Amino acid sequence: MNAVRRGLGNGLVQAFLVVIGLIWVTPLAGLFLSSLRSAEDTAEGGWWTVFAGPAQLSFDNYSALLKNTGMTQAFWNTVLISVPTTVLVVVLAALAGYAFAWLDFPGRDSVFLVVVALLVVPVQIGLLPVAKLFGQLGLFGTIPGVVLFHVAYGLPFAVFLLRNYFAEMPKEMLEAARMDGGTEWRIFTRLVLPVGRPAIASLAIFQFLWVWNDMLVALLFADSSSQPLTVQLQSQIRQFGSNIDVLAPGAFLSLVVPVAVFFAFQRHFVQGVMAGSVK
Amino acid sequence: MTATLVKETSPPPAGAVARARRTRRRGRIVAVLFAFPALLLLGALVVYPVLFSIGRSFFDASGTRFVGGENYTEMFRDPATVKAVRNTAIWVVVAPALLTGLGLILAVLVEKVRWATAFKLLLFMPMAVSFLAAGIIFRLAYDEDPDKGVLNAAVVSVHDAFKGTSPYPTARARDGHGLKAEPDGSYRTTATVSPGDLVTLGLVGVPPKDLPAGAEPASPAAGRTAAPNELSGVVYLDFTPGGGGEQGKVDPRESGLPQTQVEAVGDDGTTVARTTTASDGSFRFTGLDSGSYTVKLPASNFAQPYGGVSWLGPALVTPAIIGAYLWIWTGFAMVLIGAGLAALPRDALEAARIDGANEWQIFRRITVPLLSPVLTVVFVTLVINVMKVFDLVYIIAPGPVQEDATVLATQMWLVSFGGGNNQGLGSALGVLLLLLVVPAMVINVRRFRGSQR
Repeated sequence: MNAVRRGLGNGLVQAFLVVIGLIWVTPLAGLFLSSLRSAEDTAEGGWWTVFAGPAQLSFDNYSALLKNTGMTQAFWNTVLISVPTTVLVVVLAALAGYAFAWLDFPGRDSVFLVVVALLVVPVQIGLLPVAKLFGQLGLFGTIPGVVLFHVAYGLPFAVFLLRNYFAEMPKEMLEAARMDGGTEWRIFTRLVLPVGRPAIASLAIFQFLWVWNDMLVALLFADSSSQPLTVQLQSQIRQFGSNIDVLAPGAFLSLVVPVAVFFAFQRHFVQGVMAGSVK
Repeated sequence: MTATLVKETSPPPAGAVARARRTRRRGRIVAVLFAFPALLLLGALVVYPVLFSIGRSFFDASGTRFVGGENYTEMFRDPATVKAVRNTAIWVVVAPALLTGLGLILAVLVEKVRWATAFKLLLFMPMAVSFLAAGIIFRLAYDEDPDKGVLNAAVVSVHDAFKGTSPYPTARARDGHGLKAEPDGSYRTTATVSPGDLVTLGLVGVPPKDLPAGAEPASPAAGRTAAPNELSGVVYLDFTPGGGGEQGKVDPRESGLPQTQVEAVGDDGTTVARTTTASDGSFRFTGLDSGSYTVKLPASNFAQPYGGVSWLGPALVTPAIIGAYLWIWTGFAMVLIGAGLAALPRDALEAARIDGANEWQIFRRITVPLLSPVLTVVFVTLVINVMKVFDLVYIIAPGPVQEDATVLATQMWLVSFGGGNNQGLGSALGVLLLLLVVPAMVINVRRFRGSQR
């Protein structure tokens, strides 16, 4: 009797979760199917009508997108912004994280508390002052400007994460290396970085996705020649409805990279998000 | 930048004998060199801007005149900003609580199925999708036209399944051909009829492609004569495809209108019989008492089709965007709470089971209290993130509805850069955003110091 009831309960749980799963898949499937339909078909009826006549699907929208130089340029800009940002954040945060964890300098702990406090500072507050600053430095509207802003606002979390990870290393290990006459640079590159690999991987993935997906920062700091895919697509939102054959494949293109990264490195990604849950 | 760093931080070749003091001083220099690049950027692009914004918020739009707290009082006077504050409050009250609750329920339930990992991956995946892409996804899903937006397509088909659809929303009668329009949208014969009569009711305005499949020509039925005790007739489309035909007459190629509701109304205005037309548009009422009647085509034949819900209209736009936000963040809440769940002491749960507690009691009395630290972390994280929500609102709310959906972050953007061009008020809004996350800042610092002892 009890077993029957439990079986029934489990069936209900399964059904509920299947429904939730379908709700989660449907919007994404809708975007993908919309991206494969011509503008005329989209004007005729919703993407779900393809189940009646799948022959109308094609990759024509994507090939049109690849011929659109604005789009391809924006795609490259996205790469040129997110890859250097990720590298810089990881390098600078690893150096600083090591200093905060194992090197001695005056005011170290209070400075680190400031970094902890900076974890939750909203990007918005930096927009206006940094825009003025970049205007004076000639960085406004350029890719290096966008990168620098991202690096600065990525650093508090990155330094926090790596410092805490490095601090967990056994003290004896470092002291032994120092006794052997290793310079700090050598210890950092040969010992700390290899040991810190899991944390660095999580950080890199998280940082990459964060910058790849950004719209707000680039909306202000990039001009039309340096704008990433998100801003390029955003500029076409105004005509929403008449240009779904451009927006849908564009959005899909912009999400396919992060989703691929997510599936390839899901373990690191989940760890990164968990470590960042105070942010 | 990295290259110069490498050169700077490479220490000189170690001498054979080094004095302790020199070593220590050199150690400090090395340490500062390690930390310097990060601290320089943080100082110049984060700390300095915070201070600058605080200062700027006390000046007017052009930045030349000191206005004290005027921008801050303006914030609560300007209707658009007040709206933004109110919407942000709605977000903060609704979204984190919903997400934490949903995450908790799913985290508990998903442990009971074998495909838990696949489910978690699926729900977590939207975390990797940009707000922009999510915005486009949901702009598409929420489209008001049921032929475009999947949500309204679903709503409309559910509605129609229960309430039915009207067969001829576009149909109307020509004036002066025996039918007159009533104020409620129905049509009624101008002349009275009696059993034994046959009436022809012509309508126009139905495009031939909207005729139901299987509709047949009406003229054979119109040529019949009614039995003495029955009132019969035909409802037809008074339009001959390709031209020709005579108005008010049932011409040979004119189609009947099947599925039309027809009512016989007595002298006193009460409906005495009702029926539905056959595939050739014919109908008949049998067993009527002799007397005079009018024939009525009730308004339900001509009701406009149900258009669904205006998701992105002023009233529902904020809940709709919160819905999109749930799509993105539920996986986060579920996975974090799931990790907390996995770390719960099995003994406590087992002991409760042995004591005969049911699943609900275990959930209420043991799981939730033990999980409360994790739930707090999830909740606080979400509150911080919800306060800063920008892209989703900016993308999903259509232009004219933008001001109904506006939140602090979008308002700050609009005021500073998007046409408002009031950087004093914009800075004050930025400072308000910062003030709102100060409690989280304090919690983080306290928690960190606690962990260091």
